[in-house]
Amino acid sequence: MSTTKTSQKTYMLNMGPAHPAMHGVVRLMLELEGEIVVNTDVEIGYLHRAFEKHSENETWNNVVPWTDRLNYVSPLINNVGYALAVERLAGIEVPERGQYIRAIACELSRVTDHLTCVGASAMELGSFTVFLYMIKAREYLYQLIDQLTGARITTAFTRVGGVKGDLPAGFAESCADVFKKVREAVAESDKLLTKNRIFMDRMEGTGIISKADAAAYGITGPFLRSTGVPYDVRRSHPYLVYDRFDFEIPVGTTGDNYDRYLCRMAEIEQSLRILEQAFAQIPAGKHSLEPSEIKYAYELEDMGKAGRTELIQRYAAKVDQTLEGMGKAAAADTRTADRAVTLPPKEQTYTNIEGLMNHFELVMWSWGIKIPPGEGYTAVEGGNGELGFHIVADGGDGPYRVRCRPPCLYIMAALPKLLNGSMIADIVPTFGSVNMIAGELDR
Amino acid sequence: MSAQNLAQGERREIEAKDNRAALAALKAEGYNVLSDMTCVDYSKQGKSPRFDVIYRVMKLDLETGTDGGRLELHCAVGEEPVLRSVADLWPSADWLEREIWDMFGVKFADRPDIKRLLLYEEFVGHPLRKDYPIGKRQPLIGPKDGNLPNSPSFNILKPTITGE
Repeated sequence: MSTTKTSQKTYMLNMGPAHPAMHGVVRLMLELEGEIVVNTDVEIGYLHRAFEKHSENETWNNVVPWTDRLNYVSPLINNVGYALAVERLAGIEVPERGQYIRAIACELSRVTDHLTCVGASAMELGSFTVFLYMIKAREYLYQLIDQLTGARITTAFTRVGGVKGDLPAGFAESCADVFKKVREAVAESDKLLTKNRIFMDRMEGTGIISKADAAAYGITGPFLRSTGVPYDVRRSHPYLVYDRFDFEIPVGTTGDNYDRYLCRMAEIEQSLRILEQAFAQIPAGKHSLEPSEIKYAYELEDMGKAGRTELIQRYAAKVDQTLEGMGKAAAADTRTADRAVTLPPKEQTYTNIEGLMNHFELVMWSWGIKIPPGEGYTAVEGGNGELGFHIVADGGDGPYRVRCRPPCLYIMAALPKLLNGSMIADIVPTFGSVNMIAGELDR
Repeated sequence: MSAQNLAQGERREIEAKDNRAALAALKAEGYNVLSDMTCVDYSKQGKSPRFDVIYRVMKLDLETGTDGGRLELHCAVGEEPVLRSVADLWPSADWLEREIWDMFGVKFADRPDIKRLLLYEEFVGHPLRKDYPIGKRQPLIGPKDGNLPNSPSFNILKPTITGE
């Protein structure tokens, strides 16, 4: 028997679920032949939190905080997407200023999403400095989001029929300041990466997908645009006030990792442009016109007890920090006037019986907002692509079924297609450009 | 006042037993994207058959990026596996069908050994069914005999040995 015969064997490599480049929790099982990936299996579900099941057991507004946890890098887009889907079912119209505020919130979130994605994938390829620049810029944006919503990440900003509160005083100015810093960070990162030999070698020509394949896999967002298809929900199916903004849809040519990087960098600039236009166009709110004197709730109550109800109208109630924006000053601009949907301004809840009853009827179990039976689908452009909500209502105070179409699930399903045949070192840049967000993928 | 989001598409009903033929015809017509696929359990409302499987297809122009139209196709199905898989028409259907099996227990006639997508193989029941209680506990699983759990995930890829 001859012993000179050599045998070739493929071997298995398990990547994740706790691998530093796996952005949280996902498991790749790779079949390798030397350094070449022959076959890939993707296992997801490590962050499954039963979002859809929980939504069926919540009231319409209580689902909003759950949506924060979907794409936790751009939670405001999820909030807006869900609220739009419910409002469309019920035929609720949000005041114009409220729509602008939602669009502003969405675009701020989109910038944080792209900054995180580019920063993290640059770090994985060795440019730690870029990561620091981008995360610093993101932190400034998070501070703006904090001012606006009261939280950096768990925003829960929208309500059915409007948003939590108006823009804080001087928000446009602090935004202008931050945009300058974001542009600086993007320009610095651009200098460090775009013509960097090492970065280009690892990004160019890796993770290629064709237009037709990307469409067949249902891929949307920057990933699809990098292949050269300028599909963007904001352009194809404009929602909110997106048809009033002038913005470009950056596209790539080859659909490789480098194109996806360029697309995201260009989209950051486009989002900043949209934000600047939004601040220029946004109609002035009452909030900024009539500053009224602020009194504690008990002082308003005392006026009522003394029979001075005509005085109450002159003052705004001082509310807890968590209720900021719930007063009468912001109510007309940011929420629909329909009392069957939105909570009354705090002044009314505190001082008259109608307001108090209205408030309680909306928050009591099985008494809240009633959406007429029906079903509908609404899509918004999320950080990763088309984020859709299919909602079935049965006439009750909560959804009968909420389906979330998570954009990165489709990209993850195409991962074997992207990785098979490539080198093992290409996994990290390709996976980084997917911008997998486990919260949204596993729901 | 605001722009109307028309991403929904026209609603159509299709017969569960010839879902594949209907969808293949749409694919040939130019609906190149299966944008979403989901299911609703109507058993709480006493509907029969209890499930409504929804396919959402769209015509995407690969040059201009415009959405040339969308359709929402509804299929009423019961517990029996009558639907046929469309994963060979649109690869995106593969994971979506796995998710529907995982969450609703709706099986596809030509995918007898379909794998769960989000949950693990030892999970008992299908959680998005309306008769699955939200607080239900699952049995503890683990390697009882020191071996790995019998999950297909561990067996799907096997090293191949050639030339021996």
